[in-house]
Amino acid sequence: MSIDIETARRVAHLARIRVDEADLPALAGELSGILSFMEQLNEVDVTGIEPMTSVTPMRLKRREDVVTDGNMQQQVLSNAPDAREGFFAVPKVVE
Amino acid sequence: MLDLTYEAPKPKVIAGAKHDWELVIGMEIHAQVSSNAKLFSGASTAFGAEPNSNVSFVDCAMPGMLPVINEFCVAQAVRTGLGLKARINLFSAFDRKNYFYPDLPQGYQISQLYHPIVGEGEVLVELAPGIARLVRIERIHLEQDAGKSIHDMDPNLSFVDFNRTGVALMEIVSRPDLRGPEEAAAYVAKLRQILRYLGTCDGNMQNGNLRADVNVSVCRPGDYERYQATQDFGHLGTRCEIKNMNSMRFIQQAIDYEARRQIAILEDGGKVVQETRLYDPDRGETRSMRSKEEAHDYRYFPDPDLLPLEIEQDWVDDIAASMPELPDAKKARFMADYGVTDYDANVLTAELDAAAFFESVAAGRDGKQAANWVINELFGRLNKQGLTIAETPVTAAQLGGILDLIASGEISGKMAKDLFEIIWTDGGDPAEVAAARGMKQVTDTGAIEVAVDEIIAANPAQVEKAKANPKLAGWFVGQVIKATGGKANPAAVNEIVAKKLGL
Repeated sequence: MSIDIETARRVAHLARIRVDEADLPALAGELSGILSFMEQLNEVDVTGIEPMTSVTPMRLKRREDVVTDGNMQQQVLSNAPDAREGFFAVPKVVE
Repeated sequence: MLDLTYEAPKPKVIAGAKHDWELVIGMEIHAQVSSNAKLFSGASTAFGAEPNSNVSFVDCAMPGMLPVINEFCVAQAVRTGLGLKARINLFSAFDRKNYFYPDLPQGYQISQLYHPIVGEGEVLVELAPGIARLVRIERIHLEQDAGKSIHDMDPNLSFVDFNRTGVALMEIVSRPDLRGPEEAAAYVAKLRQILRYLGTCDGNMQNGNLRADVNVSVCRPGDYERYQATQDFGHLGTRCEIKNMNSMRFIQQAIDYEARRQIAILEDGGKVVQETRLYDPDRGETRSMRSKEEAHDYRYFPDPDLLPLEIEQDWVDDIAASMPELPDAKKARFMADYGVTDYDANVLTAELDAAAFFESVAAGRDGKQAANWVINELFGRLNKQGLTIAETPVTAAQLGGILDLIASGEISGKMAKDLFEIIWTDGGDPAEVAAARGMKQVTDTGAIEVAVDEIIAANPAQVEKAKANPKLAGWFVGQVIKATGGKANPAAVNEIVAKKLGL
């Protein structure tokens, strides 16, 4: 499977990464290279093999239903480009 | 327990310009999990807090923060699954659903696409006595809620609050088994009732804690039966999804509008385009959400921050052992044990608090009479004052006390209503209040006989008339009750008047 320029442009847009028009062919080429490596991996027969999710046997860690965090509006907002009255302020988005 | 068997309702038929059409509806209900903390962080889920105060660094997606699952939210999803008679998946896993929106700081929502925690179940939706739709549940998965954007605080800016970001949601997905707007609303109401019984979601639609996405398509009569026989969606029409509705009324209006819109397109020779639409209650119409379409490529993949969620059968069994009685079972029991009607049983079991109130009034008393008093006097009065059952000034013990006074013949039904009013405003023990106010029906036949004799002696003309026409005996009954200040037991007076007049 190869990635054409149009697909590269779309993927960049979905990821909100600005890519100059001139860089798209090279990017498409790189993505195609990655996918063809995946295709090589697909040649390995893995029927009946469980996907490995961890190298050591581990159980998903759980937390109790207790409020232990929060109440730090100032810190949460401190990196925001714009914040007003306790809210993040962003360019208007309306459906 | 009563064995209640139901007949399936007829689908709604809409007459088009050319021929008849039927509706096919499937729903995705987003129910906010009742919990103290969020799904993957220790921040509070409390509603109405200062903006961005119930937010941890996990919720606002600061670099390097990792999600840790709240086990209680998992238990709530399992409990909900059990309540919908659904299969519980001991293995489930979380995936990332990628999209950009200001209220989603991570840039993805953690959800469960490939391996949901709950599989197939069912909900019985009653529409009238003896008529119900059995709606199949396809799945329930756990996912994060998004934040909230406010658009009317500034002309050029949207304000974003992450307090809701990361709160646990259950997405409950039905099969396309609903066949009309009323059925769809009844389904939401039933699901809401079950969730509230289970304590897994408070069902507060106004606060957005329960919201529905509705998939609507139309087909010709007969097509749906072909789909049910084969489970082949090819027999059904193209569907549109109406997003994010939190009112039963709007759900019905939106479905009705959307069905008619699709019928108009099809009868015009056009094709329905599968898309996401938004209902505008002010204009009473649905409209396309094109921006959502463009972003529809969610590029799901397993969340590498979270191991699969593996739960043990023993743990599920423990939850199953602690399940409360659910609405269908409670209703059947009320009808069997208290002899109340189908309709009354629905009213009494609608809310858990009300059902418990009724049971403590009815215990050891006449169930039908208890139902009448709870529904007509108490609920009627509460509704009039805009109060909930939790705020009732008359307790179950007080109402029971009033019923006891009626049962023992000490007060009449009319006196009981007066006594109810007094207890409502002033409180107190019904027996003591009745005694203090001299509310006591005279059942002493001696006293009644004296009163009857006096009235008869004073009205010879009336006696002659009544002897000719026994219906006029009622006049004497009225006079006697009046003479005793309303305290004479009407049944006893009736009997004595008839005897004395020789009727």
